[in-house]
Amino acid sequence: MPLSPATAISKPAILVLEDGRTFRGVSFGAEGETFGEAVFSTGMSGYQETLTDPSYHRQVVVATAPHIGNTGWNDEDDESDKIWVAGYVVRDLSRVRSNWRSNRSLDDELRAQGVVGIAEVDTRALTRHLRERGAMRVGISTIELDADKLLAKVLTSPQMAGANLVADVTVSEPELIAAVGEKRFTVAAIDLGIKDMTPTRMAERGIEVHLLPAASTIEQIQAIAPDGVFFSNGPGDPAAANDAVALLTEVLNADLPYFGICFGNQIFGRALGFGTYKLKYGHRGINQPVMDRSTNKVEITAHNHGFAVDAPLDAATATPWGEARVSHVNLNDDVVEGLELRSSDGTLRGFSVQYHPEAAAGPHDAAYLFDRFTEMMAQHRASATGEGNA
Amino acid sequence: MPRRTDISSILVIGSGPIVIGQACEFDYSGTQACRVLREEGFRVILVNSNPATIMTDPEFADATYIEPIMPEYLEKVIAKERPDALLPTLGGQTALNAAVALHEQGILAKYGVELIGASIDAIQSGEDREKFKEIVASLDVPGVNPEVARSAICHSMTEVLAAAEELGYPLVVRPSFTMGGVGSGFAHDEGELRRIAGFGLSASPVTEVLIEESVLGWKEYELEVMRDKADNVVIVCSIENLDPMGVHTGDSITVAPAMTLTDREYQAMRDVGIAVIRAVGVDTGGCNIQFAIHPDNGRMIVIEMNPRVSRSSALASKATGFPIAKIAARVAVGYTLDEIPNDITAETPASFEPTLDYVVVKAPRFAFEKFPGADTTLTTHMKSVGEAMAIGRNFTEALGKALRSLEDAKAGFDFTSPITDTLADVLAQASRPHDGRLQLVMKAFRLGATDDQIFDATKIDPWFLDQLRLIYDVAEEVRHAPELTADLLRRAKRHGLADTQLAKLRNLSTDVVRGLRWALGVRPVFKTVDTCAAEFAARTPYHYSSYDEETEVQPRTKEAVLILGSGPNRIGQGIEFDYSCVHAAMALREAGYESVMVNCNPETVSTDYDTSDRLYFEPLTEEDVLEVFHAEAAAGPVAGVIVQLGGQTPLKLAQALKDAGVPIVGTQPEAINLAEERGAFGKVLTDAGLPAPAYGMAESAEQALAIAHDISYPVLVRPSYVLGGRGMEIVYDDASLVGYIERATDITPSRPVLVDRFLDDAIEIDVDALYDGTELSLGGVMEHSEEAGIHSGDSACSLPPITLGNEVIDQIRTSTEAIARGVGVRGLLNIQFALLSDVLYVLEANPRASRTVPFVSKATDTPLAKAATLISMGATIAQLREQGVLRPVGMDGTTTLEAAPIAVKEAVMPFNRFRTADGSWVDTLLGPEMKSTGEVMGLDVTFGTAFAKSQAASFGNVPTAGTVFISVANRDKRHAIFPVKRLADLGFEVLATEGTAQVLRRQDVDVTRIRKASQGPGPEGEKTIVQAILDGEVDLIFNTPHGQSRDGSPRKDGWQIRSAAILADVPCVTTVQGLSACVQGIEALRRGAVDVRSLQEWSAGVRAEIAERS
Repeated sequence: MPLSPATAISKPAILVLEDGRTFRGVSFGAEGETFGEAVFSTGMSGYQETLTDPSYHRQVVVATAPHIGNTGWNDEDDESDKIWVAGYVVRDLSRVRSNWRSNRSLDDELRAQGVVGIAEVDTRALTRHLRERGAMRVGISTIELDADKLLAKVLTSPQMAGANLVADVTVSEPELIAAVGEKRFTVAAIDLGIKDMTPTRMAERGIEVHLLPAASTIEQIQAIAPDGVFFSNGPGDPAAANDAVALLTEVLNADLPYFGICFGNQIFGRALGFGTYKLKYGHRGINQPVMDRSTNKVEITAHNHGFAVDAPLDAATATPWGEARVSHVNLNDDVVEGLELRSSDGTLRGFSVQYHPEAAAGPHDAAYLFDRFTEMMAQHRASATGEGNA
Repeated sequence: MPRRTDISSILVIGSGPIVIGQACEFDYSGTQACRVLREEGFRVILVNSNPATIMTDPEFADATYIEPIMPEYLEKVIAKERPDALLPTLGGQTALNAAVALHEQGILAKYGVELIGASIDAIQSGEDREKFKEIVASLDVPGVNPEVARSAICHSMTEVLAAAEELGYPLVVRPSFTMGGVGSGFAHDEGELRRIAGFGLSASPVTEVLIEESVLGWKEYELEVMRDKADNVVIVCSIENLDPMGVHTGDSITVAPAMTLTDREYQAMRDVGIAVIRAVGVDTGGCNIQFAIHPDNGRMIVIEMNPRVSRSSALASKATGFPIAKIAARVAVGYTLDEIPNDITAETPASFEPTLDYVVVKAPRFAFEKFPGADTTLTTHMKSVGEAMAIGRNFTEALGKALRSLEDAKAGFDFTSPITDTLADVLAQASRPHDGRLQLVMKAFRLGATDDQIFDATKIDPWFLDQLRLIYDVAEEVRHAPELTADLLRRAKRHGLADTQLAKLRNLSTDVVRGLRWALGVRPVFKTVDTCAAEFAARTPYHYSSYDEETEVQPRTKEAVLILGSGPNRIGQGIEFDYSCVHAAMALREAGYESVMVNCNPETVSTDYDTSDRLYFEPLTEEDVLEVFHAEAAAGPVAGVIVQLGGQTPLKLAQALKDAGVPIVGTQPEAINLAEERGAFGKVLTDAGLPAPAYGMAESAEQALAIAHDISYPVLVRPSYVLGGRGMEIVYDDASLVGYIERATDITPSRPVLVDRFLDDAIEIDVDALYDGTELSLGGVMEHSEEAGIHSGDSACSLPPITLGNEVIDQIRTSTEAIARGVGVRGLLNIQFALLSDVLYVLEANPRASRTVPFVSKATDTPLAKAATLISMGATIAQLREQGVLRPVGMDGTTTLEAAPIAVKEAVMPFNRFRTADGSWVDTLLGPEMKSTGEVMGLDVTFGTAFAKSQAASFGNVPTAGTVFISVANRDKRHAIFPVKRLADLGFEVLATEGTAQVLRRQDVDVTRIRKASQGPGPEGEKTIVQAILDGEVDLIFNTPHGQSRDGSPRKDGWQIRSAAILADVPCVTTVQGLSACVQGIEALRRGAVDVRSLQEWSAGVRAEIAERS
């Protein structure tokens, strides 16, 4: 059945940025009003994964790919239990869905979940604007079609910088994801806004994942006797995540192998003594070239981050637990994309990446990092056993 | 890992003449590669037999050999140049095959030449279907099960039925070792299978058929993959075919990026693609991998891979801004992807995957009208002769632009013509994939079809069907709206409707619609192709139009000149015109202008973002060109638009553009009209006192007969309302004339028939010349080898003309100058003359760059297109002589120089691509209508060797021994005796039909008599000459046309012989001069004395001689 945006009579919607730039389009998904930080995502596939990624909490996502909704919505590809984006901006919304796994349309799903969308927008113009001026607050409305009035509301909406959003996205109770096949490791995964694919990739490698609320303590972590600790991706400003930094410091003090993704990389950076900063318009897409400096190989990776770690690219930094260095770099702009911590004998104690080896959406080039995690845990276990025997 | 330092010279092999399936995309890739390798400081040696390419221009390589792409010639080049390495992956299948042959013959090893880009192993693994199947089956890709189509080899019906049980219907049946796929077919049920496989088993000499599961109707995808020696792999582009499996991707409408895959499915395909390139072992460079996906369950089958740059990679390069060939060349010489900058952003590396914020649609251009009787069904055998690409901010916009880029009146959607067919008929027709299927889908919508009905008929994905329905819905809105509002117009334009379509829907004139649209401010903006969806700023102004909000055209201060390209390749208008456009861009840049290219052909060099200062990838229609002009005029001063270099396409637009206030530089539209309008041109000729063949316009059969009697037979007849030489015929008597008029015309006073005197036995001459308003410079005079009446594009020719004396050349100069002055040419002019009994007749004049400009430019070492561009901008020939662009005073392209080569051009025909619906070959007769797709050039000191080279490059070597068939018109018999006797002395067996045999015997030539085709096989089953040719028993044919034969079936025997020659790939000589040349060539080949010489060497000699003389 044809949906409204493709017919002549469709409900108007308006988008206003905090600097006053205005775009008019048509409504899709839920009607109403929404505010958030405007960011653009350049992936050509995977809108379902993107919309359900908790890291997009409080963000209004602009899809640069012009056709959205072509494959509808299915029951298999969600990355969490709901859509997290604050709003969705597209150019051409599909009238039909065409895919053998599709269960319903994107439009229906957004409406069912109360997410406001706007279509028929010059998304390239909007993206160029954000590239030049930086990510900023935005409002979308189907109620208030006066740009000035909507702008006033945008200016009173909360900023992303300084936002601590972890409490909004973390699990309330611990959850257990069983290992696939033989269980080889136990991992305590701190949920700062984790995507479903992350524990899936771990479980495939024989890891039993204990997903823990962000407010967990070191005692609660140690209570499950983990082989390693993992901090997930998540929304918000890492500079505001002091609790998570404190917890990770205790994890490192307890000599637990550590692996972090995205927000987990920024927390690791802070725990190691580095600062973080807000990128002008962030990395959001699935085509970002990252070099693994240990192998000099380039991997094409999925990104979704507006903040980054400020660490020296070519020098090691001494920390209480050993030497930290930058392990991965984005070849587009030299942003720090990974950190590693080695003890004085060179043993890997912890590492993290700013991007998404679990992909979903995105290429699988970096899946090896999950293997690196299991190797680190195996090595740590072997040396611990060795020490125990001695 | 930077550039390799252990190699310093590289041999690049081009793809030879343009043929169906291998077109100018390889000029684009080869040109890019040569540029890059030279930039990197390598000495580049290039071999390509195709003179119409940019890559064979002397400035693109250090040593350019226009020589046949055959191991014996390549070995000579290798022996002379001693390259360190050979890069074979940028010249299509031709170059790859040549590299394999050089390897197998031990030539690479002998001279220590390293193969770079792809190893022999990788080439063979990609090419060998069985090997490739094994590789795919053994891939280990987590979470995916890469498959190839399942199949079984069967030797009996029992085995066939068992295999069917296992594989399920529908099935493909392929008998083993039958010629040309005889006995192949699709079986949808047991009845069909029994019939087809039964026939197949008996047709197969080894009683063997391959039964394979059919992927017909599955979704079809392609990935363009790039790998470096550090094993970094990126996917440059995904492409989805609108036409499902079963139609060759070159004949499909294709879309980038893929439209109907979720990320999971796309990533699975990506993983498999990467695993394939690794397993096949393409170490450095690009490859193309095709996939089929079952629409109901997502099962993925890997269809095939090409371990080289392909047509799809050219498309992907233009679609994404990621220059695959350029990057492939760099990784081949040692760079890794992260060391190579992305040209477009300048600040990011090439080790990334482009992301698109627009949609690209490629549509194929067919030429079935040139091959009457050809089956238009689209299959896995490619039939299209060209393609157009369009970019829009959505699919509907891009599709609309792509279809109007095709310049085919039938290609765009027709929303208004009355429909007489029933829906059932339309759906039945649409179920057969053919060139008009998309239009049938639109017709079905108009007849009320549901998407499901159309899907069942076509298997076109429901998403694409809905997009087509969206176009239909919008058209209906336009039709029924009370008035055309700005909102409605914008909406219609956003979904790709052209002003012409809107005009028809509203029953208005196009001008009114355009005027209204402009008045309402509904105009396109121009976006940028930037590889990154605006994440980074783009440095290169590579634009496309869209009805969106924000334009990205930057203001400029330099004066701009727009160059209109030639659009999709088609027979009669191909790469030769792109060559001239590219030269114009380079010349304008050099002269300080900002060059702005407008074109829509993704295969070309002109649509490389590097070629001009600005590139607009736009259809070449009045509407689209006016919008580009509007945008550029708003950006800064525009000196004008060049229309004379892109063939008929821009020429047709000239008057409308000028009427709309667009300045045309060079020859003016009025002058163009003067040359094209018959009456006006006749007056130009009369005023100048130049003879043309007599003609008349007949409004009835009686009138036609009267005219024919008046001007006398033979006459060339054609309906006046069919453009482009279609439907022309040469008739010799009243009966044939009346027959033609009844069969091929619809004669009335409003649809008259043109009757021209046909100059039988005339020598045809082609001339390219430059004129600046006061002075003429002859670029070159070419003498056709073929008899008069064969289209100049299909005829071989030589430069300098081998039989014309100086008086004739002087006469040609005088006549050309008179016409140039009379018409008012400023720039290039092409004239066709016919010389008969010392009278020089003017057949036709085209005030534009011709197909032969690149050939003449290379043969004479003179940049004609550059000169024409500068003349258009106001330079005089005198100035160009001073600057050294043209030869000094007193010399031109006809000046006889000792150091200059003899150049022979030969045409290449596509007949082996086309069959009729019942499976027989289409008529291969040559005539006034052009049918060739490409050309080659042979260069040497003597005409004989040059001729032999041209034959080698187009058909294969002229034989140095074997059987020669001789059939000569009476007038030629005396002249033919000497060369034929020479052939016999050289040991050739001589066959001849009765008349010729008698004459030869009298001259003491040992000759065997053979039956004419018209005599039929003999009582003992003796073969006719046609059968003997088809059976491969003849190595060389010498057949001069007999003119009118006594039984009134003009030339039939000769034409049948020629058809057989083309089908059997046997060299066929049609003139005595040609035969003498051929004999000289054979002698040269037998002496082993054939040499290779680069254009740079020829040029050095010519320039030295000119300097000495002046």
